[in-house]
Amino acid sequence: MTQKTGKLKFIGKQAVRMAVLLFLASVFAFALLTVSPVDPLQTNVGQTALGSMSPEQIEKLKAYWGAGVPPVKRYLSWAAAFIRGDMGISLLYRRPVAAVIAEKLANSALLLFSAWLISGALGFLMGILAGKRRGGLADRIVTGVSLVIAGTPAFWIGMVFLMIFAVQLKLFPIGLSVPIGVAADEVTLADRLYHAVLPAAALSVTGISQIALHTREKMIEVMESDYVLFARARGESETAVILRHGLRNILLPAMTLQLSSVSEIIGGSVLIEQVFSYPGLGQAAVTAGLGADVPLLLGITVITAAIVFLGNMTANILYGVVDPRIREGAMRG
Amino acid sequence: MSTDRAFWKDRRFRMLALAAAAAAFLLAVTVLGSVWHDAALETDFSRKNLAPCLKYPFGTDWMGRDMFARTVAGLSLSIRLGILTACVSAAIAFVLGLSAAVMGRFADGAVTMMIDLVMGIPHILLLVLISYACGKGFKGVVIGVSLTHWASLARLIRGEVLQLKASPYVKIAEKLGKGKLYIAFRHMAPNLFPQFITGLILLFPHAILHEASVTFLGFGLSPEQPAIGVILSESMNHLAMGRWWLALFPGLFLVASVLLFHYIGQTVCRLIDPGSVHE
Amino acid sequence: MNIGITDRNTDIVDRNADIANRDADIVDKSKGVENDVLKVEHLSVSFTQYGRGLRRRTLHAVEDLNLSVRAGEIVAVAGSSGSGKSLLAHAVMGILPYNANMDGTVYYDGEILTKERAKRLRGREIVLVPQSVSYLDPLMKIGPQVTKGKNDAATREKSRRVLAGYGLSEDVEEKYPFQLSGGMIRRVLIATAVMETPKLVIADEPTPGLHPEAAKRVMGHFREIADTGAGVLLITHDLELALSAADRITVLYGGRTVGEAAAADFLCEEKLEHPYMKALCRSMPKNWNWDGYKLCDSGEILEYMRKEYGR
Repeated sequence: MTQKTGKLKFIGKQAVRMAVLLFLASVFAFALLTVSPVDPLQTNVGQTALGSMSPEQIEKLKAYWGAGVPPVKRYLSWAAAFIRGDMGISLLYRRPVAAVIAEKLANSALLLFSAWLISGALGFLMGILAGKRRGGLADRIVTGVSLVIAGTPAFWIGMVFLMIFAVQLKLFPIGLSVPIGVAADEVTLADRLYHAVLPAAALSVTGISQIALHTREKMIEVMESDYVLFARARGESETAVILRHGLRNILLPAMTLQLSSVSEIIGGSVLIEQVFSYPGLGQAAVTAGLGADVPLLLGITVITAAIVFLGNMTANILYGVVDPRIREGAMRG
Repeated sequence: MSTDRAFWKDRRFRMLALAAAAAAFLLAVTVLGSVWHDAALETDFSRKNLAPCLKYPFGTDWMGRDMFARTVAGLSLSIRLGILTACVSAAIAFVLGLSAAVMGRFADGAVTMMIDLVMGIPHILLLVLISYACGKGFKGVVIGVSLTHWASLARLIRGEVLQLKASPYVKIAEKLGKGKLYIAFRHMAPNLFPQFITGLILLFPHAILHEASVTFLGFGLSPEQPAIGVILSESMNHLAMGRWWLALFPGLFLVASVLLFHYIGQTVCRLIDPGSVHE
Repeated sequence: MNIGITDRNTDIVDRNADIANRDADIVDKSKGVENDVLKVEHLSVSFTQYGRGLRRRTLHAVEDLNLSVRAGEIVAVAGSSGSGKSLLAHAVMGILPYNANMDGTVYYDGEILTKERAKRLRGREIVLVPQSVSYLDPLMKIGPQVTKGKNDAATREKSRRVLAGYGLSEDVEEKYPFQLSGGMIRRVLIATAVMETPKLVIADEPTPGLHPEAAKRVMGHFREIADTGAGVLLITHDLELALSAADRITVLYGGRTVGEAAAADFLCEEKLEHPYMKALCRSMPKNWNWDGYKLCDSGEILEYMRKEYGR
């Protein structure tokens, strides 16, 4: 077999695996929402809401959630519509779920992406500093800080930031992604950025500890490896050891770590957005959960799972492409 | 040389003593909190919105409830919930991890898939889903936290069992025609014990954190219950008015108990499984 | 340039301290001392370990080890596995793990080899030939590993010449360690040593996994290096190999020196003093006789060693 087809096969395998996982996630979420004793049509939509909907919308709703339709059939009709891009109508927002998710995701994107990058970069640096010398001062500080962050609920970090920087120092607004009382088309980019700083900072902090602790572990592994010992025996300076061997061998695991931290950042954003009343995807998920908006909750779950699985798949593929041991060896098989 | 030795010895004992003190503190909070449950609910409008003072070290809220009593009661509830859910999660992890590695390729594939699935959906979102499936409320939190914390421990146990499977004495037992279950419980389970206990204790802080988080979001415990998540969620409405004590002390106490649990876990890990931690 | 001057100054201080130390040696070993490239006296390496619960013990990996290596000579240190042989190499080069305690004195070129001096000399005058592929960076190609990342024409030319000298073609430089065979790895590792102009080569188990022919060839390479005037310290568990290649042999048991003898002495049991060495000598295939075999097999000698050496 040539190397190229081997590579394609490897990538294909990863894609199939992701599709299966996504399918299972949707089945799992659907099953959970179905067994719930909460009846979304009764508790949520109510008479007035049903009255304000068009007959087709009500028909559609009943097709999903109507009594008497077996769950498997309901799932299949949901899945068929989902593949066509139709995720149903949100019961709370009275709009197509796809449109709601697109809008909320656009709001969250800035927050998620900046926190993902900042926590990744800071965590990586801290991990390298700590792992450079096990038990050293830097190691003790970084490990301590990381443990405290890991032991602090994300929402409370947000609240402390809010208390210090918004309430006490009045440097930043208390919440929301735009100023209150300003028409949507008058909101400037600067306004958006200004409102996103504090939540993004809080979210970044919550993401640091995992990356830092894992990078530290990998770095220690490298620094105590035989090849680093040999590099030292050959008179390479400590800086050269870190730059030439440390970074080279830590980059791949760090990349995987960074790509798989997506799940954690999204999870954290649910809490952080709640604290800052930031109208993003996370807050929408909470609202949907509390308000029994099943189509929206299902849509959000599947979309977030897709983002997370995509991150994991990218990590696996990158590993195969970048690591010479897999690239030129194990990948044929 | 000899002073060096004394230092090392000292350090081990000091660690153990500190862990014991931490455990005693957590136990005291747990017991005190359940005794104070009624005091935590008591309202008295003559003493509302007091900043921390000698009589009310954590202040009082807008209904005149003593925040210290509420914090301790909330923490007690969190710890009890955390221990219960962590135990359930650890049991699930043990059974799944063991069966994945022992029951053949199909079971292994299924369990690995389940681990990936649970780890793929953001934890909080999964908690929201399960809590919703259980009709929210107290039951939803307990089941949700119990069902979402097993994945990483299961993965650890699976890896450990795969290693044990290749070990000579398991091979010999197989040759002797011992059954899979016999081998699993007779030969593997005892070897997994250190990892399992450490994993279990280290699950406590996670369970407590997630219980607080999902309660904070409004799923689970009813608003009058003194739970840490509820207390912090309520304090959100009063932050802008400068009543910082409503959020600060309960939060600090929560963080402290989570870290104490973590410390106890680390110490136990060092004592019963020294190979896993370098010094 | 400043650095050179300070270096020389500390060297002079070292030398003064050293002369006092050496007086005692000169009395009985008037001839050898000046040529000693390496001299190890009363070297001990120990670790503190934690067991389950509160148990704690100190592990003496190397205890009271003595040996010397002269220029142009191969000295073998032979001992069973787990007798702390690798740690000897690491101790001399000052690269022991952070949790190890070291005691005793190491002289290099007649002067005390302090940690700072070892740091300055290692990879230049003192080189290590490690034992396995795990000592090469798995993600770096062979070329830059041999040249230590130096990319100038002279270094690259030299690396090409050295590798060719060991029968390794140019395309090896473009390969990753996992793509080479065990024998090729071994030659690459020796090549890293010859890239410098070493005065002391410490080879840590350079032959396991090689068939006897290849092992003999590797030993030939070390003889060539010794013939250029360097001292070679060969650490091995293979006594027979040590005998075939080395001039002198130091036998270790449980991290302690049992005795030292010229390679030729092992041909004739009577020249050996220590019972363990006598037994070793008898247990070698070419000296096998029923008596020697029985002596080792019965474990009498091992029992004696355990009593004497506490292992």
